[in-house]
Amino acid sequence: MQLRVALRNCGFIDPESIDDAIARDAYAALAKVLVELKPAEAIEILKESGLRGRGGGGFPTGLKWEIASKNEADQKYVVCNADEGDPGAFMDRSILEGDPHTVLEAMAINGYCIGASKGLIYIRAEYPLAIERLKIAIRQAREYGLLGKDIFGSGFDFDIELRYGAGAFVCGEETALIHSMEGERGEPTFKPPFPAESGFLGKPTNVNNVESYANIPVIYLKGADWFHSIGTGKSKGTKVFALAGKINNVGLIEVPMGTTLREVIFEIGGGIIDGKKFKAVQTGGPSGGCLTEKHLDIPIDYDNLIESGSMMGSGGMIVMDEDDCMVSMAKFYLDFTVEESCGKCSPCRIGNKRLYEMLDTITKGKGSLEDLDRLRNLCEVVKDTSLCGLGQTSPNPILSTMDNFHEEYIAHLSDKRCPSGQCKDLMNYVIDPENCVGCTACGRVCPVGAITGEKKEIHSIDTAICIKCGACEEKCKFNAISVK
Amino acid sequence: MSRIKVELHENQVIALKDICKSFENNPHELINVLHKTQEMFGYLPAEIQEIIAIEMNVSVAKVYGVVTFYSFFTMVPRGEHPISICMGTACYVRGADNVLDEFKKELKVEVGETTSDGKFSLNCLRCVGACGLAPVVLVGDKTYGRVSPEGVKEILAEYLS
Amino acid sequence: MELINLTIDNKAVKVENGTTILKAASKVGIKIPTLCYLGLDDLGVENKPGGCRICVVEVEGRRNLAPACATNCAEGMIVKSNSMRVLNARKTVLELILSDHPSDCLVCAKNGNCDLQSMAQDMGVREIHYQGEQSHYKEDFSPSIIREMDKCIMCRRCETMCNDFQTVGALSGVHRGFQAVVAPAFEQDLVKSPCTFCGQCVAVCPTGALTEVDHTNQVIRALANPRKKVIVQTAPAVRAALGESFGEEPGTLVTGKMVTALRQLGFDYVFDTDFAADLTIMEEGTELLDRLTRHLNGEENVALPILTSCCPAWVNFFEHYFPEMRDIPSTARSPQQMFGSIAKTYFADMIETKREDLVVVSIMPCLAKKYECQRDEFSVDGNPDVDYSISTRELAALIKQANIDFDSLEDSDFDQPMGESSGAGVIFGTTGGVIEAASRTAYELFTKKKHERISFEELRGFDGIRQATLDFDGLPIKIGIAHGLGNARKLLESIQDGSCEFHAIEIMACPGGCIGGGGQPLHHGKSSILLARQKAIYAEDSAKPIRKSHENKYIQELYDKFLGKPMSEKAHHLLHTHYFDRSGSDIVIKKD
Repeated sequence: MQLRVALRNCGFIDPESIDDAIARDAYAALAKVLVELKPAEAIEILKESGLRGRGGGGFPTGLKWEIASKNEADQKYVVCNADEGDPGAFMDRSILEGDPHTVLEAMAINGYCIGASKGLIYIRAEYPLAIERLKIAIRQAREYGLLGKDIFGSGFDFDIELRYGAGAFVCGEETALIHSMEGERGEPTFKPPFPAESGFLGKPTNVNNVESYANIPVIYLKGADWFHSIGTGKSKGTKVFALAGKINNVGLIEVPMGTTLREVIFEIGGGIIDGKKFKAVQTGGPSGGCLTEKHLDIPIDYDNLIESGSMMGSGGMIVMDEDDCMVSMAKFYLDFTVEESCGKCSPCRIGNKRLYEMLDTITKGKGSLEDLDRLRNLCEVVKDTSLCGLGQTSPNPILSTMDNFHEEYIAHLSDKRCPSGQCKDLMNYVIDPENCVGCTACGRVCPVGAITGEKKEIHSIDTAICIKCGACEEKCKFNAISVK
Repeated sequence: MSRIKVELHENQVIALKDICKSFENNPHELINVLHKTQEMFGYLPAEIQEIIAIEMNVSVAKVYGVVTFYSFFTMVPRGEHPISICMGTACYVRGADNVLDEFKKELKVEVGETTSDGKFSLNCLRCVGACGLAPVVLVGDKTYGRVSPEGVKEILAEYLS
Repeated sequence: MELINLTIDNKAVKVENGTTILKAASKVGIKIPTLCYLGLDDLGVENKPGGCRICVVEVEGRRNLAPACATNCAEGMIVKSNSMRVLNARKTVLELILSDHPSDCLVCAKNGNCDLQSMAQDMGVREIHYQGEQSHYKEDFSPSIIREMDKCIMCRRCETMCNDFQTVGALSGVHRGFQAVVAPAFEQDLVKSPCTFCGQCVAVCPTGALTEVDHTNQVIRALANPRKKVIVQTAPAVRAALGESFGEEPGTLVTGKMVTALRQLGFDYVFDTDFAADLTIMEEGTELLDRLTRHLNGEENVALPILTSCCPAWVNFFEHYFPEMRDIPSTARSPQQMFGSIAKTYFADMIETKREDLVVVSIMPCLAKKYECQRDEFSVDGNPDVDYSISTRELAALIKQANIDFDSLEDSDFDQPMGESSGAGVIFGTTGGVIEAASRTAYELFTKKKHERISFEELRGFDGIRQATLDFDGLPIKIGIAHGLGNARKLLESIQDGSCEFHAIEIMACPGGCIGGGGQPLHHGKSSILLARQKAIYAEDSAKPIRKSHENKYIQELYDKFLGKPMSEKAHHLLHTHYFDRSGSDIVIKKD
C-alpha cells in the first residue's frame, strides 16, 4: 500500500556516504538533464509529470520553474525551504537526514533549468543532525565535482550554501523566508512581486520545499509518464505523511495520492490506541482542519482535502480519539498561530488573538450561543483579509471543527459541558454515595476545605469552592470520587 | 525591559568582531552572525547586540528587532541544563501540557525562566520532529520520550547529583 | 506607457500600467479609506506595508480581498470597493484594531486630529464586537517626544520616516504577533537611542502613540506671573502653517493675526525669530567668507565645505553619526538660540530687566528645538537662553484655550527692535532658504557689489538633494542643499570619500525644511500642503521692503551698540557654539 518515491533512499543508504547514494542513482538525473536536455525541455518534463508543491500550497512545480526561468537577470537563486514548522510534521527532516544528496541534486537541476548558479537551503536551526548531514553531503558533492564549476563538463556552475532559520513558523511563507535569509525580520510582503520576479536580494528566486525536491530526480530517471500515472486527477505522485496521535503505528508513511484516510489510519496506522473510537484526523497542521468519520473514504489529494474543509499542508496527520475535545483542539492550534503570527497585519495580529480568547472562553464554560456567529464572522474576515498564508488559513481549525463537531460547541456553550471531559474548567469532582464510607480522608487532604461530612457519613464536595486539584480522588481508597 | 549590565572582556569583543568579519560584515548575514554569537556566548545580551550593530553597520534597533522576532534567540542566559518541552500537536495530544505543568511545579519557574541556582531553564518548543516518542522532553541535547508527569522528578534527579 | 482598462464600482478607469487600485480609484472620485498607507509623493516617501488591511477591496476572480494600496491594476479587472463583503471585512478589521487601542479619546492629545478616530466615525463603528486583552507598554518621555505605545496600531509609518527617510535608525519593529510594536533598541527610552528628535515620526503618526511634549502649561504659568517679562519669538515657518489649525487653506500667511494673537495671550514683547535669522546670516555668512577666503589663499587646514547649523535635529544627527566631522559645520548657533542669547543680554539691558526675570518662549515648527533649548551649553548659571519652545500646534491650542477667535483678528506688527527682519530671514523656513539668505549677503560682502536680482532662484526647489553654482563675480561658488537626513547622509558620505566639491552645504532635517517640521499642523499624508507653505514663505519674502540680512537696520544697530562686528569675541561668546561626540555607547569593556 505504501509507495516510496520521496523517501526512496531513506534507510537504504548511509546518508554520510556519497558513494552509497550514487550506487542508488544519485546525480544520475542531474547528469541526464545537463547532458541531454535544454533547460526548457527539462522544465517541460516536470510540467508533464504533474508534480505540485509539497509544502502546502500545491502550486505546479514545473510552472513555477518556467516563470522563474523566463525572468531575465544577471543572478538568480534556487532556495530549498527546509524550515519545516508545522507541529507534528517531520518529513523534511527525515529526508534531509536520510537522503541529503537527492535534495542537492534536485536543486542543481532546478538551477540549470532556471539559470541560477547559486542555491540556498533555509533550514531550521533546531535540526542539528540534518544540518550536519547536509554539510557533509555538500562537501562530498563538491569533492566529486557534482557541485561547483562546470558540472559534468556541461559548463553549468552551481553551488549551495546553508542559511539557518531561527524559530519562526511564518518563515515557511516564501517572502518571509527570503526576508529572513536577507537578515531581516521574517515578515511576509505582499505578492506580487512574486519571488520568481524579485526574490532573494531582489533577484529572481525559485523556492521549493524539501519533499518537492526529493521527488524530482526520480521523475527525470523514470519519466514524466511514470510519475503522472501515480495519483488522482490533479494530484500526481505520492505524499509523505507524519502519522501521529492516538494511533498504534506512528511515524512517516508515503502513499500514492488518492489513498483514503481509512486505509492510512486503520491499515497502515493499525487503528486507534487501546481500541478506542476514532473521532477525527487533523491534516494540514495549523492551516488545516479536522476531518471525521464521514471523510474516511475520500481519496486524499489536494483538491479533495480543501473541499472537505482541510488542506494537504506539509503532511502532518494527527489522529484523535473519543477523549479529545475538538474545541480544545482548535484552541491549541490558535494558540500556536497567536504565538507564530508575525504581527504585521492587523487581522492576523489581533484577529487570531481574539479567536483564541473566544475559544478559551468557550472551553471555560463562559461562552454563550451568540458567540458562534461572531466566531464564524471573525474566522471569515481573518481568512479574507490577512496578508499571508498564515492568517489566510489560521481559522481553518475552528471552521472545520465548527462544521464537523457543531454539537460539541453547543455542549460547551449551552450545557457548559465538555463531552470528552478534557476541559478542566467544565469538570466537577463528585462523591459517589454508594461507595463513600465516611472515612474523612478526602476532607483532610482538600487544600481549600471544599469537602464536608461527618465521620461515617456520606461526604460531599462544594463545587463552588473546589479548585479541581484532584487530591481527593487520589486519596480515596474506596473509588468513591470521580470526575463528571 | 530592564537591562542587566553585562561587562564584556576584550577578548570576547575580539571574538565577536571576528564572527562579524567571517561573514564579511554583510548586513544580510545578520541572522547567521547572531546564530554564531549565541553559540559562543550562550545568549545575546544588549551589549553584544550593540557591538554587532556597529560591526555590521545596521542600527541597534534593527538588531534588537531581529533578535526579538525569532524564538531561537534569547537575551537571558539559559540554565546549565536547558529543558525544552515539545508542544507540537502530537505531544500535546499525548499530554505534554501536564508534563509542562509538572516541570513548572517542580522547578518553581515559568516558561522562559531560569531557576535561581542557574541549573535549569524551562522552555517550550514547536515540534522537534520526534512525534513517535510523544510527549518529548529535551534536556540539553538528550531526548526523553513518552514522558509522563510522574516521570518528571526522575528526569530532574539525573541532573541534581 | 501602456494603458490599462478596469472598472471600480462600475466606473470605467484607464490608468498607466503599475498604478495601484488605490490611486486608480482616486482618479474617478472613489476614496478608499487607508490607515497604514502613507504616500508623500513630492518627497518620494512611501509607506506601504499592506498591514492595516483597511483598504481591502474585492477583485473579481480573486479568492480573498486585496489591499488597494499594494495591488496593481490589471487589464479587465473588476473591483468593488463597497460591497457587503468589503464593508463587513473593513469594519471588522477596524473593530479589531480598536479592540487593542485605549478608548480614552476625550483626553488624548490627538483628540479630533486622529486618523483612527475619524475612521471609526466614518465607518460608523458604534460597538466593538471583539473585545479582549490590550497591549500595554511603559510610557516614554523624552525632551521632545512622548511615546505612548498602547496607542500604536503598527502602521510602521514612523519606522519608514526614521529609517528610510531620515536614516536615523532609532526605531524598529520588535517582537512579533500580538506583542509586536515599534520601539528603540531594547525598548529603552528614546533619549538613549540615536533619535535626533526631528519629530517626523510624530508628524506621520495616525494616532496618539507619538506626540510632542506639551509645554503650554509652563507658558501659561509664566504669562500669569506678574514678576516675569515674557518674550516670544516666532520661527519663519510658523506663519505659513498656523492658519491651517483654524481652517485656513494651506499656504495662507497669517503673520499679522499671529502677532495680534500672541499679544492678546499676554506676551510682553512679540518678536520674530527672523530677526535672529538675519543675525545668523551675519555670523554664518562671515564665517563662510572667512573660510572661503582662507581656502582660496591656499590655507590647507581650512575645512570646506561649510555646513549650516540652524537645524537642531541635523546637529544631533552629525554629533551621533559623524562626530569626526564636527569641525565642518558652522559654529553659528541656530536663530532660536541666538535670539535667546541676545534677548537675555542686549535686550535685557535695554529694558533694564534682570536675566532671571525674563522668560523667553519660542514658537517653532520643530520638536528638536525643545531639546535644543535644554542643552547645557545654552544656559547661563542654569538659566536657559530660551526657557520654553512650543510647536505651531501648541500655539494653536494656546490660542483656542484663551478664547481668541483667530479668524476675526486684525493684523498687527512685531515689536522692535527684535521684530524687524529681512526677506532673507523669512526664507529660513524652507529648504534652500538659509543658503539663499547667506548668499544674498555673502555675495555683496565678497564682491562689494549689489546683487541686482536679489534672489537666487537656482537654489530653490523640492528635490531631496539639489546643487547650484553661483557666480560670485567670476568666482564659481558651488552650493549643495539637502533636506531629509537620509539625503544629508549622502552628502556627508561624499565629503568623507572626498568626492564632494561643494563650498557650502545647507541641511535641514525635515521634508521641505522647517515648513515640514515635526511641530507643524499635521499634513495627514498630503505633501502638497508642504509645497503650499513653501510658496507662502517666498511670497512673504518678496513682499518685504528689505530682502538682505545685512540691510536690517536693527541688526546693524545691534552690532554698532553691542556686538562690535561679526565673529567678534563677544559674538563668539554669545552667538557661536561647539559640538560634541555623541556616538559613544556605554558598553564596559574589561582589559584582559
